[in-house]
Amino acid sequence: MNRSRERILARVRAALADVPRDEEPAPVAVPPGRAATDGLVDLFADRLEHYRARPVRVGAADLPEAVAAALRRRGAGRVVVPADLPEEWTSRCEAELVADDGLDPAALDAVDGVVTGCAVAVAATGTIVLDGGAAQGRRALTLVPDYHLCVVDAARIVADVPDAVARLSPVRPLTWISGPSATSDIELNRVEGVHGPRTLEVLIVSSPGTGA
Amino acid sequence: MSRTFLGMPPFPKAAEAAVADAQLRHNLHRATRTIRRTRGRAVAEVDDWEALRAAGAAIKDRTLRHLDRYLEQLEEAVTAAGGHVHWAVDAAEANAVVTELVRATGHREVVKVKSMATQEIGLNEALAEAGITAYETDLAELIVQLAEDRPSHILVPAIHRNRAEIREIFLRAMADWGRPAPADLTDDPRALAEAARRHLRERFLTAKVAVSGANFAVAETGTLVVLESEGNGRMCLTLPETLISVVGIEKLVPTWRDLEVFLRLLPRSSTGERMNPYTSMWTGVAPGDGPREFHLVLLDNGRTDVLADAVGRQTLRCIRCSACLNVCPVYERAGGHAYGSVYPGPIGAILTPQLRGTASEADAALPYASSLCGACFEVCPVAIDIPEVLVHLRERVVEQGGRPGERALLAAASWTLGDERRLAWAQRAAGAVRSLVPRRLPLGPAAAWTDTRDLPEIPAEPFRDWWARREKEDGR
Repeated sequence: MNRSRERILARVRAALADVPRDEEPAPVAVPPGRAATDGLVDLFADRLEHYRARPVRVGAADLPEAVAAALRRRGAGRVVVPADLPEEWTSRCEAELVADDGLDPAALDAVDGVVTGCAVAVAATGTIVLDGGAAQGRRALTLVPDYHLCVVDAARIVADVPDAVARLSPVRPLTWISGPSATSDIELNRVEGVHGPRTLEVLIVSSPGTGA
Repeated sequence: MSRTFLGMPPFPKAAEAAVADAQLRHNLHRATRTIRRTRGRAVAEVDDWEALRAAGAAIKDRTLRHLDRYLEQLEEAVTAAGGHVHWAVDAAEANAVVTELVRATGHREVVKVKSMATQEIGLNEALAEAGITAYETDLAELIVQLAEDRPSHILVPAIHRNRAEIREIFLRAMADWGRPAPADLTDDPRALAEAARRHLRERFLTAKVAVSGANFAVAETGTLVVLESEGNGRMCLTLPETLISVVGIEKLVPTWRDLEVFLRLLPRSSTGERMNPYTSMWTGVAPGDGPREFHLVLLDNGRTDVLADAVGRQTLRCIRCSACLNVCPVYERAGGHAYGSVYPGPIGAILTPQLRGTASEADAALPYASSLCGACFEVCPVAIDIPEVLVHLRERVVEQGGRPGERALLAAASWTLGDERRLAWAQRAAGAVRSLVPRRLPLGPAAAWTDTRDLPEIPAEPFRDWWARREKEDGR
């Protein structure tokens, strides 16, 4: 195996004989993304709607009722939550809450949905990024259940992809989610809902000072 | 198992058969027209698309010009994050490495995320020989696998199938691979997607080993990136205990921040979306979240040959978006199978002959599978000048004598044109027999050229003779 490593590296070096040995990698000018403006929350909500991800905007005080209402609408009787989900978020829920303590895939498949927060959200693309940090849990949690209710604090919404990349740490496993699972494999027409959650709902929580 | 491309006729023959298939042409026309429109909208929304495209090209060039150091950096970072790195010179070695890794787990089944690299090396077939079953989980790959078909598009391998055909394939073959399709299955895309979901659900929940490729590998951090839509990728990358990723050495980007460019370029150029539904990024192993064991297999398999060619090197910038296929007039009519490779379309016409060489008739024909219209270059998100590389490869084919007719013709032309007296003689000779020259060539390889064109008329008197006569007459 080590011989193959040396062989490939030697072949790469031989192939690059035209590159001066003392050449340093050239810096690349990268155009910035969309500038941050006041309308980020509107833009984010618009993009989510485009994906049929059903955004709902709520004030911080109304969040517990909004979570309960969303689960009620969905008819979700048993939902899984990350162990560190703020208790207040689900304080008005009638649904049975299952805190994740390492449930196996079959157990995750048996619940009606999952409620999480997120690390960052991207307005320009309507993307939610989970990094396994606070209120998000491990990756399987937001994958196996068929319904994902995600709470996005408006303060976490950034303008464009470069801002999100800058805020995230690759040390954590990351999942970028843009709408429900979908496929374009049949005649290149988009169909929502394949293996990942077929329904994604987003509660955008305006917090003081974000202008949201 | 999907069939391999071995023994495929060269492009002109395969394309002729494909063009005669009205259903195929209809399917392709519909699908490529749809995606061209969606892509156009997604790209037009980005003000500085051209600058972004230039940045993508520059980052890839930077990577390729210093690939040795980035490969070593990647290896170090992946290892530090708890992963294992393997190196494979060619397809046989990569297949052997993966087979051995799967065997070591004690399991005989793997779930797969759609990956061009594993198709290129024929991994599924190699695993089958070792008694290991590989289950494709991408919807289009599933269709191809169930139909024992071959992929015909980089992004949508079953683009040549319409919904009615897919329904029939599901009804016929799903039972052989696991949960059967419901008997009352319709050809509504939603119903077909639902059937795929049910068919694969149990498989995902119990899978112990997964095999994937990667869209990007970040040298600086050791992070691997997979973009997908359906969630089958997340299933494979998250639920199993062991993950094996086979990645071409050209998939590297130097730094974490470089991803901001490619995450803007790839989804818009590929599926025409602002962002694809799911992107997974992982660095080695994360305790308590996802696979406990991670193996990265770095694949050469001809890539260093591409790297060694200063003109052809730009081919390795490719991020497999498949936009060039969707705009190509030749691809739209001939379909993907005619290219005889897992890489069809314009990018395949330059990548395959460089990876495999141009020794075989089929591979030597590929650089000619183009009208050089340049639409592929226009849409390429990393600005690969595909026409330039096509012409470069044609030169190579002619030099090696791969097309003897063309070579003899060029040799004769150079002999005639290289000497003034020989040229004058040839022109007079042609003028003398002009009434005998047909409008179409009856025989030989050049006859095809005149299927759609008339031969130019030969003037009665060569220009140089007319000029000499005129001078003489003037002087009188």
